[in-house]
Amino acid sequence: MILILLILIPLLSGILSFAVKGEGAKALALISSMLTLAVSAYVSGANYTAPIAYSHDWIHVLGSQFSLMGDGMSSMLCLLTGIVVLVVMIVNVNKDVEKPGAFYGFLLLSQAGLMGVFLAYDALVFYMFWELALIPVYFLCSKWGGEKRIPVTFKFFIYTFVGSLMMLAGLIYLSMQTQGMSSYSWNDIVRAGSSLSPDKQVWLFCLIFIAFAIKMPIFPFHTWQPDIYEQSPTPVTIILSALMVKMGLFAILRWLLPVLPAGVAYWSDTVVILSVIGIVYASCIAIVQTDLKRLVAYSSIAHMGLMCAVAFGHSNVGMHGVMVQMFNHGINITGMWLMVSMIENRWGTRDMTKLGGMATAAPQMAIALVIISLANIALPLTNGFIGEFMLYNGLFNGSGILIMAVAGLGIILGAVYTLNMIQKAAYGQVTAMAIKKDLSMNEYLGVGIIIILILFLGVYPKPLLDLTAGIASMIVR
Amino acid sequence: MGNFSQLVYLVPLFPLIGFLINGLFWKRMPKALGGIIGSVAILASFCVALGIFFEVKSPDFHGPVIVTLFDFIQSGKLNVPFAFQVDALSSLFLLIITGIGFLIHVYSTSYMHDDEGMVKYFAYLNLFVFSMLLLVLGANYLIMFIGWEGVGLCSYLLIGFWFKDKENTDAAKKAFVMNRIGDLGFLVGMLLILFSFGTLSYQEFFGQLHNGGTIVPASTYNWIALCLFIGATGKSAQIPLYTWLPDAMAGPTPVSALIHAATMVTAGIYMIARSGALYSLAPMILHVVAIIGLATAVLAATIACRQYDIKKVLAYSTVSQLGFMFLALGTGAYTTAVFHVMTHAFFKALLFLGSGSVIHAMGGEQDIRKMGGLGKHMRITQITFLIGCLAISGIPGFSGFFSKDAILADAFSSNPVLYYLGAAAAMMTAFYMFRLYFLTFGGSFRGTEHQHHHLHESPAAMTIPLVVLAILSIVGGYVGLPEVMSEHNAIASFLAPVVTNFGEHHLSTSLEWTLMAVSVSVSVIAIIMAYTANRKPNFVPSTGIAKLLENKWYVDELYDAIIVKPINGLSNLLDKYTERRGIDGVVNGVGKTVRWGSDRLRLLQSGQVGFYIFIMVLGIVVLFSLSFFWIK
Repeated sequence: MILILLILIPLLSGILSFAVKGEGAKALALISSMLTLAVSAYVSGANYTAPIAYSHDWIHVLGSQFSLMGDGMSSMLCLLTGIVVLVVMIVNVNKDVEKPGAFYGFLLLSQAGLMGVFLAYDALVFYMFWELALIPVYFLCSKWGGEKRIPVTFKFFIYTFVGSLMMLAGLIYLSMQTQGMSSYSWNDIVRAGSSLSPDKQVWLFCLIFIAFAIKMPIFPFHTWQPDIYEQSPTPVTIILSALMVKMGLFAILRWLLPVLPAGVAYWSDTVVILSVIGIVYASCIAIVQTDLKRLVAYSSIAHMGLMCAVAFGHSNVGMHGVMVQMFNHGINITGMWLMVSMIENRWGTRDMTKLGGMATAAPQMAIALVIISLANIALPLTNGFIGEFMLYNGLFNGSGILIMAVAGLGIILGAVYTLNMIQKAAYGQVTAMAIKKDLSMNEYLGVGIIIILILFLGVYPKPLLDLTAGIASMIVR
Repeated sequence: MGNFSQLVYLVPLFPLIGFLINGLFWKRMPKALGGIIGSVAILASFCVALGIFFEVKSPDFHGPVIVTLFDFIQSGKLNVPFAFQVDALSSLFLLIITGIGFLIHVYSTSYMHDDEGMVKYFAYLNLFVFSMLLLVLGANYLIMFIGWEGVGLCSYLLIGFWFKDKENTDAAKKAFVMNRIGDLGFLVGMLLILFSFGTLSYQEFFGQLHNGGTIVPASTYNWIALCLFIGATGKSAQIPLYTWLPDAMAGPTPVSALIHAATMVTAGIYMIARSGALYSLAPMILHVVAIIGLATAVLAATIACRQYDIKKVLAYSTVSQLGFMFLALGTGAYTTAVFHVMTHAFFKALLFLGSGSVIHAMGGEQDIRKMGGLGKHMRITQITFLIGCLAISGIPGFSGFFSKDAILADAFSSNPVLYYLGAAAAMMTAFYMFRLYFLTFGGSFRGTEHQHHHLHESPAAMTIPLVVLAILSIVGGYVGLPEVMSEHNAIASFLAPVVTNFGEHHLSTSLEWTLMAVSVSVSVIAIIMAYTANRKPNFVPSTGIAKLLENKWYVDELYDAIIVKPINGLSNLLDKYTERRGIDGVVNGVGKTVRWGSDRLRLLQSGQVGFYIFIMVLGIVVLFSLSFFWIK
C-alpha cells in the first residue's frame, strides 16, 4: 500500500498544482517532494529486511494487474528520484517562472510517472507510466524551453515515441505468449519470453531494445539528447538526464535481460561494442564543445555508454556496479546541471570562452564545481569512483581486457574535458558578470546535499551496495 | 615498545582534520593560525609515525600488522576493506613523508606569508599529506590507488595554486592528464590481479605468489608488472610521461620540494618496491624498468645542463634521480631504490627549499643568469645549498654518495653497460648542479640594482628547516653503508622482512672499490669543469646541440604534434561531420522522408469517389493475383 503513495503523492499534488497560483505552487511542490522522499526512504529502508510488493485488480479483460514491486533496484531509483526532485525544488525556490502552477504541476506529474516506471511489475502498467513520464516533459520543454525549443522538442518526442510504440508492440506480443489467459505480469512475461525460440527472441529483442536504446541513449541513437538538454529549462534537464535516462537502463535490467535471455546472448556483443564506441566517441566530442550544456550532455552519454556496456556483460560485480552507478550518476549529473545553471545565471552565458574567474568572484561556487566535477570523473573517495571501479571490473570480467582498455580511454578523455571546463570557468581573470553573487542560501542547501552524498557514498558506499546486492545477483543469475 | 601500530589510523587522521578545519573555515581563519594548524597536524602525525617506526624496528615486532577500519567495496567475491598495513616499508615512508612534510610546512608558514590564499594553501598541503599517507599505508592496491589519485589531485590544485595565470593552470592540467594516462595502466594492472588472483590485498596476493597457490601463465606476471609500471611512469615522471614534472614548477616552491621532489613522485618507486615479489617473477619487465629508468636519467640530465630557470634545473634533476631509482629497481635492487628515495628526499627537499630562499630574496626572480654572488648576502642558504649539491653529486661522506654508489654497483653486477651510462649521468649531475651553484652563489651579482638592494637572508622559519635537512643530507647515508665498508647495512636489514633485493650478485672487494673511485673521480672532474666553465659566465644565444638541450629536445612540441593536435582534430571532425551531418543527418533525413511521403500520400485523398473505387478494384485484383500465384 505504501508503494502507491509514491505515485499518488506527486500525481495528486501535480494535478492540484494547476489550480494554485504563484508562490503557493512552489510551497506545494516542496512539501510534496519532501513527503515523497520520506516515503521512498522508508521503502528503501524496508528493503534491508524484505521488499514491499503491492497488487490490485486493474484491467481484467487484458489480464493486466496493477502490481508494483519495491525491490532493491526499484526502491533505490525511487529514492534517487525523491532526492533529485527535492533538490531541484529547493534550488528553484527563489527563481521566478512563468505560470508556476502549471510548471510545477508538470514536474510533479513527471515525477509520478517516473515512480510508476520504477515500481511497475506489470508490463501494461509499466508502459502507461513510461508515457506518463514523457508527456509532461514535452509540455515543459515546448513551453518553458529555449529559443529553438519547438523543433527540438518535436524531434525528441517523435524519436522516443516511435521507440515506445515498438516496445508496446513487443510487450503485447509477449503477453499473447503467456500460458492460459493473456497476462502482463512480470513473472508471466519472463516465463513467456524466455521460453520462446531463440529466433523469435532475436527479433523481439530488436523491437524492445530500440526503445530503451533511444531513451538512455546509446550510440548512435543519441542525437536528440544534446539538443534537448541545451533547450530545456534546467529543472527539466535534470529530470531528463538524472532520472529519465535511467528509465532506459532500468527497463533493460527489468524488462529485457531476464525476459529474452537468448536474444540478449545473441545481441550482447553488438551492444557492448556500440556502447564502447559511444564512450570514446562522446568523450571526443565533449572535448571540443564550448557550450557548457552540450559538454555535460556528451559526458553523460559517455557515462551511460559504460553502464550499458557492463549491463550486457554478464558479470556479477559489473551488474552491482551498474546499480550503484545509476544512483551515483544521477546525483552527480544533477550537481553538474545545477552548477551549469548557476553559471548561466551569474555570467549570462554558457559559452566557456566567455567565462572565467569564478574562483575569485564566487569561491564557494568554484569549490562546489570542482568537487562535483571530480565526482563526475570518478576520483577516488567520491561516489563516482566506487561505481566506475566496479563497472570497469565488470567490463573486464565480462568482455575482456581489450574492451575494458578501450573504454578506459574515457577516463583520460574525461579528465581532459572536465579540467578544461574547470580551467575556463573557475580560473583565470574575472570576466564580465551579469550578477556578481556567490551561492545563495537555498543554492547552498541544494548543492550541499549533493556534495554530502558524493563524499559519503564515496567513503562509505556500504548502504548503497547492500541495498542492491541481492537484485544484482538475481539479474545476472 | 607501546602498541603504536594499532593507532596507525591517527597518522592520516591528523592531516585530514587539519584539512577540514582549514578547508571549511578558510574565510574567517587568520593566516598565521591556518599555518599553525596545518603544521601541528603534521607534527602530530610525525610523532605517531615515530612511535610506529620504533615499534617496527624492535625485535619483538613480527610480520605486518593489518588494521581494518571498515568494509569499503564489497560485492560478491570482491571484498576490499579499508585497511592499513604497518610494516618496515610503510613505516619508513611514513617517517619520510611526515618528517619532511613537517619541515616544509614550517618553511611555508614564512614563505607563503604574504599570499592571500595562505589558509587554502595549508588546507591543500594537509590534504596532500593525507593522500600520500593513504598511498603508503594501504593494505591493498585499491587503497594505494585512492592515495595515488588523491596526491595527483593535490598536485593539480597546488600547481595551479596561482590560478589567475593561464600558464599555471595549463601546467596543472597537463600534470593531471598525464598522470591519468598512467593511472589507467595502474587500473588495468589492478583488475588483472583481481581477475587472476581474486584479491587485491598485498598479503593474500604475495602469499599466493610465494606459495604458487594459483596457477597462472607466466605472461600474466609480465602483463601485471607492465601495467603497474605504466602507472609508475606517470606518477614518477619517467619516459614517456615525464614532461609534466618540469612544468609543475609553476606551483609554489615548497610544493615543488614536498610533492614534486621528496614524496609524491617517489610513489612509483614505492609501488614497485612493494610489489617486489611480483617483479621478481617478471624479469623481462625488470629489464624494461631498468632501461626506461636509465634512459630517463640520462635524457633529463642532459636537459638540466642547459636550463636557466633555477627550479627547472632542479626539476630535471629530480626526473633524472628518479630514473636512477628505477634503474635500481630494474636490476632487482629494491632496497637500494628505497634507500635512494630516502637520501634523495633529504637533499632534494633541501635544494628546492634553498632555491625558494633564493627566489624569496630575489623578489620572485628565477633566472640564474640574473643572479650571482648571492653567497655574500645569504650565508646559511649558500652553505646548506652547497651541502645539497655535494650530496646529490655523490661526494664521499654525503648521503647521496652511499645510495648512488649502491645503485651503480648493482647496475655493474647486472650489466656493465648500465654502469657506464649511469656513471655518465652521475657525472652530468655533478656538472649541472655545480653550474647552478656557481651561477647562483659565485661570481658577482648580475641582476638589477633594486634586486641587489633587496637581497637578504631568509627568516628563521625558513633557515631552520634548511639546516635540519642539511644535517640529514650528510648523516642520512650512514644507514646504508656498502658491503666493503661495513658488515651491517641497516636499511637493507630493516626492510628485509618486506622486500629483499632480487638476484643479488656480489662484486669482489677490489672491484667495488675501483667502481667507487671511478664514479667519485668523474664527479670531481665534472665539478671542476662546472667551475671553469662558469667562472666568467657569458650568455650567448646557444646553437646546435646546446639549443636542442635548451629546448628540451623538443619533446613537448613532438607530443603536441603527434598526440594533442590529432586528437583535437579528430574530435572536431567527429563533431562537425559524423555527429551533426552524419548521424543526426540520418535521423533528420528519416523525419523529412516521412513528412515528404505523407505530403504525397495526402494527395491521394482527392475526394473523388471514382478514384477511390478505381484504387479499390486495383487492390482486389492485386490481392487475387497474389493469392493465385503464391498462396496455394
